[in-house]
Amino acid sequence: MAIRRGRGVAAINYPTGMNLGGDPTQALVHSTPTGNFMVTLSSVDLGQGMKQIMAQICAETIGVPTDRVVIDTADTDTGPHCMGTFASRGTHRAGNAVIQAAKEARQVMLEVAAEELEVNASDLETDGQGNIQVKGAPQKSISIFDVALSAHFKRGRSISGRGMFLIPRSYPEKETGAMKPSTCYAHACTVAEVEVDDETGEVTVLAVKNVFEIGRALNPKMVEQQLVGGSWMGISHALYETTEPYYPNRDHGGTDFNQYLMPGPGDLAKTEIIVLERPSADGPFGAKGPGEMCANPQIPAVANAVFDAVGVRVDTLPITPERILRALKAQAAG
Amino acid sequence: MELRKDYFADVRKDGLHEIGQPRPRLDSPGHVTGKTAYFADRNFPGMLHLKMVRSPHHHARIRSIDTSEAEKHPGVVKILTAKDVPHNVYTILILIQIGPEDETVLADGKVRWKGEAVVAVLAETERAAQEAAAKVKVDYEVLPAVFDMEEALKPGAPLVNEYHGQNYYLYDSGECRKVRFGDVEAGFAGADHILEQSYQSSPIEHAPTETTGCVVVPESNDRFTCYTNTQAMFFTLDNASIILQMPGSKLHFVGGTVGGGFGGKVDVIVEPIAILAAKLTGRPVCFIYSREEEMQISSPRAAEKVVIKDGVMKDGRIVARKVTGYTDAGAYSRHSPYGAQKGAAHYPGPYTIPNVWIDTYCVYTNRTPSSAMRGFGVTIGDFALEVQMDKLARLIGMDPLEFRFINAYRDGDMKAHRQPTEGAALIECMQEASRAANWPVAEKYMAMSSYRKEA
Repeated sequence: MAIRRGRGVAAINYPTGMNLGGDPTQALVHSTPTGNFMVTLSSVDLGQGMKQIMAQICAETIGVPTDRVVIDTADTDTGPHCMGTFASRGTHRAGNAVIQAAKEARQVMLEVAAEELEVNASDLETDGQGNIQVKGAPQKSISIFDVALSAHFKRGRSISGRGMFLIPRSYPEKETGAMKPSTCYAHACTVAEVEVDDETGEVTVLAVKNVFEIGRALNPKMVEQQLVGGSWMGISHALYETTEPYYPNRDHGGTDFNQYLMPGPGDLAKTEIIVLERPSADGPFGAKGPGEMCANPQIPAVANAVFDAVGVRVDTLPITPERILRALKAQAAG
Repeated sequence: MELRKDYFADVRKDGLHEIGQPRPRLDSPGHVTGKTAYFADRNFPGMLHLKMVRSPHHHARIRSIDTSEAEKHPGVVKILTAKDVPHNVYTILILIQIGPEDETVLADGKVRWKGEAVVAVLAETERAAQEAAAKVKVDYEVLPAVFDMEEALKPGAPLVNEYHGQNYYLYDSGECRKVRFGDVEAGFAGADHILEQSYQSSPIEHAPTETTGCVVVPESNDRFTCYTNTQAMFFTLDNASIILQMPGSKLHFVGGTVGGGFGGKVDVIVEPIAILAAKLTGRPVCFIYSREEEMQISSPRAAEKVVIKDGVMKDGRIVARKVTGYTDAGAYSRHSPYGAQKGAAHYPGPYTIPNVWIDTYCVYTNRTPSSAMRGFGVTIGDFALEVQMDKLARLIGMDPLEFRFINAYRDGDMKAHRQPTEGAALIECMQEASRAANWPVAEKYMAMSSYRKEA
């Protein structure tokens, strides 16, 4: 009886957005009298930080610092339609809608600035700090604060824009299954290292090294929080979680966090996250949706590592100590 | 976290102002100091609490319901049964034309899973509602139940859901969603090795910190405000509008920060009945799942069975792959027909295989309806596919990582569902994993590219 070490690898891809498309999201953007920008949505922030990302996307597009943008969302009286926050679609779908709305608002903003500066709008650029300047002659500039005041009180212009993003729905061909499930895919490869106690069947995940390709990390810190959390969830799926431990038997289902097991702080694997960025053709600044994908590769990587450690396959999730011991017993008998 | 900017540098423009910056989240201080407001932080004068009487049986006919004792219980204000719900039989994906309507808001004549909602009790306090719910008498005639997907698909199995008429979802393509590419039997015939394996999972709970729920307030302007933690505002509003036969203009949904979704809050379960209760009582109504309800009543990730048959050559090429996927929907559809179909689109995984055959089934059993959960349709499939890949590599005596390089999809490769591959990056992920994990592979694999033609 011994503690045995093993490692396993898994590589995966994952589609962004609802399968087969047909999932719209809209956004509205307008400026306040002093040149702050309000983004109105009905998308839901699940705690992953959607509001922050939408603010950064709007700020980048209009050309102002992120703290000049306010997100008003999840209210059906004010926000235009969003299909919902699921299917790794929030950043991709809502982000594209915000870009379209922000571009329209930016155009009006530049037109007003052009009138104030007596130049052509196409000769203007934003400096990202809250000013609009003539390309190649940055000394000729006006603040967005003043442009907004002018638009509101002098020129009677609404600095605003409408955005809509919809990938037309694809209908699978009945006999061949020809279809367009998604327009872009995120990728991952995970290597897991485990220790398996062949006396108790207990698995300790020592380390997971996750490489994720997500199009573009719009906010690297928030990408990290989501990917680390997802990696934990993948390990949890592999080794711990189920509401029906003796499926298809319905008995013994957990009803609270004492009975429904998940890894606690003492069970955390050393988690390494490496991010690659291959911008997608239709993502906001190339972003793809990594929200679901990031919890997938750890499951088979851990399963393969368990086999590498003790030479038995557990092809039923979760890979519990009981299942490992039964497999070891069968192997010894066979 | 490490951002490896050297990969794909030739296809990416950097130098943006706000994008790519690790700006601190404006909502973080609220979360870590406990000041963020969630829907359940709202309290209203006169607010009622809703508790469900639930089926103790997996499958039963309801002979009669007697609420007389419960009605007398102190604090009870209203008791609702199926006849009170205007459009009681519904299905949420009807909004995108995926029917039939197959589920009841409150059970009508039958229950099809243990825990199904039968009677809604509204009382002044949570405790009174709970105690009164225990006094509702439902007379059941227990029926045979089926829990195993294979059993459910056999002729003569108990019929789970009459709205479907058989124990599987009927797609326009028949009993399963199909993908056919190349000639899979010819591929097997020409293969050096064949490996057929079966993989199984069981239901998994989303386990959000905040359980599912809503608070509904009847407003003076004849509208209803629904404070909810749904993941999809209009999806829920529009479904509530159908169930209640109430114009959508009467409904105002307010969300906010949700304490964890993971797909567990895209079924439309708590809102319609709570709005109905608010309408019939004229008082604010609160309906929040207990932890036990969240664990065993709210939809879990479906159990899946995945059977994979591969034909592989000694040099590492997979020449044929047949996948049969079974998704255990439980008693009702919810999002499971969608999930099973997503599996058909996902297989055979991120690999280029010339001969592919895929069938994915959505099967009905007498268990808690499953539905959306992070990655559903793909997550368990990836477990099966990637364990299968490991087995295949070992079968032909090849390094598991090198085996994946040989089969990895690249830009321009035709997928089984007949879309050319675009934007692939699997090879680069594996190259970086090889370096980071000190798992060496042959130089020719490190020189590969998802998008550049090799010299």
